[in-house]
Amino acid sequence: MSSLSRDDVANLARLARIEMTDQELENLTTEFGVILNAVARVQEVATQDIAATSHPLALTNIFRNDVVIPSLTPEEALSGAPASEEQRFRVPQILGEEA
Amino acid sequence: MIKTSAAEMAQSLASGATTSVALTQAHLDQISKVDGNVHAFLHVDTEGALKQAADADAARARGEKLSPLAGVPLALKDVLAQKGIPTTCGSKILEGWRPPYDSTVVSKLKSAGIVILGKTNMDEFAMGSSTENSAYGPTHNPWDLTRIPGGSGGGSSAALAAFEAPLAIGTDTGGSIRQPAAVTGTVGVKPTYGGVSRYGLVAFSSSLDQAGPCARTVLDTALLHEVIAGHDPKDSTSINAPVPQVVAAAKSGDVKGMKIGVVKELNGDGYQSGVRQRFEEALELLAQAGAEIVEVSAPNFEYALAAYYLIAPSEASSNLARFDAMRYGLRVGDKDGASAESVMNMTREVGFGREVKRRILLGTYALSSGYYDAYYGSAQKVRTLITQDFNNAFMKCDVMVSPTCPTTAFKIGEKTNDPLAMYLNDIATIPVNMAGIGGMSLPCGVAPEDGLPVGFQIMSPVMQDQRMYSVGASLEASLLSKWGAPLLSQAPSLGGAA
Repeated sequence: MSSLSRDDVANLARLARIEMTDQELENLTTEFGVILNAVARVQEVATQDIAATSHPLALTNIFRNDVVIPSLTPEEALSGAPASEEQRFRVPQILGEEA
Repeated sequence: MIKTSAAEMAQSLASGATTSVALTQAHLDQISKVDGNVHAFLHVDTEGALKQAADADAARARGEKLSPLAGVPLALKDVLAQKGIPTTCGSKILEGWRPPYDSTVVSKLKSAGIVILGKTNMDEFAMGSSTENSAYGPTHNPWDLTRIPGGSGGGSSAALAAFEAPLAIGTDTGGSIRQPAAVTGTVGVKPTYGGVSRYGLVAFSSSLDQAGPCARTVLDTALLHEVIAGHDPKDSTSINAPVPQVVAAAKSGDVKGMKIGVVKELNGDGYQSGVRQRFEEALELLAQAGAEIVEVSAPNFEYALAAYYLIAPSEASSNLARFDAMRYGLRVGDKDGASAESVMNMTREVGFGREVKRRILLGTYALSSGYYDAYYGSAQKVRTLITQDFNNAFMKCDVMVSPTCPTTAFKIGEKTNDPLAMYLNDIATIPVNMAGIGGMSLPCGVAPEDGLPVGFQIMSPVMQDQRMYSVGASLEASLLSKWGAPLLSQAPSLGGAA
């Protein structure tokens, strides 16, 4: 379980939306073998009777009154956008249709 | 003037012996002189800093009531948003981005009249222990320019050690404040998780990330801690309780009757001999100051590193999904007809460095269907065991201590091709983040074999941060009277340094 093939790594890269070169995939496949062996140690002590901790604090939902408070202007919100148009983020086409 | 403590600088400002403009200019001059070699800064805001300094001087002239650190300069880790100032997180994917808002930490610094000199270098998205993962080149350790200054906050710690700033802000997910402090002979504190707001701190691993104060003395660190700490409605994980009285603790430095627990598992094999020697000597000084030294055991700490390298990459793979080339940051390949998905794929390939990609993929794997229970789920259980180890140990002692790192600063390039060796640097700092408690590193001498600084780590229970300041201040005072001068006076002087 703690070894991955090059195709497995390529699939992870696809899921993570990173277009990787062949060289990168090869390096990562080798490195993952070593890293996964090391991190798999958690399974030695993680028995069924132990509760999982997802967060150091006991979190509860926090509510506030639904009132308008100052926030970014449209210009500020768009100030870092790679492209914008008519106070909107301009993005590449999302559906498969021809431009 | 630049070699004194922040508290002394504040005194000189209050007495009128100097002005914030003069003090800020002196630090900008030092940056000009030495930062070509050190590379602690990614961006120096000369104009903005001098303006903030002039504002602080004007407020003082008007007789306004000022905060204790008003007019004192600071270096800010480039992972915290400062309005209008480039914020890159050491990544190409955010090159040129100027946040349209201030993080809460920055708002608090500005309200206190602290002058922000610029943004410091770091491992990309805080993933690393050496700053070698910065897309903008490594920072060099002022003690030896061929060595790493620690990471991820190596820029902040190097700026302190090179006297480019008396105060700095870091962030600590697995040791990124404490390990750089240890290897540069400076002081750094990771407050209790939730003690300092994460609003505007670019997220790496949300359940572990914590911003904190860095300085050259325990008192300076405490003064900065009280400036940035406190409840923030903009951070749902911020603790709504009074800030621990860390300044009072740092001023008294009283350890009489305190029980100091030495963690059996964080010493011995794998720890450099000079590190162990200085650590043992520090324990003796604390005993002489009236503390009782006891041994405590934390049997599950040996699994902390493995659990961390599942939890942090898992959270990172989710957090870094926001870098999608749509709303801010880099966009590559946006040609006619290119799909959003192909633009995302190309942008993330070009924009992220090797370690960030490695961790995103590792996290994607650990969270994927079929492997979730074996990896992420098991790591969360280890987190429970580590917290239990701390709880059990804190029944027998007030604080726990260990060396901050197994070794002194290693050479730049020495571990870049061995991720596991690099990860081992954080073996003693990671348990603190897993449990969300407080941790401090302060210098306890130089290792006899290489003349490089050794860090002493103090860990205190949730929201009992004042305890590590009491112990740190006591040890610092004993060491100072033993040495006759601060440790950094032993550092080689940098080219052109005054």
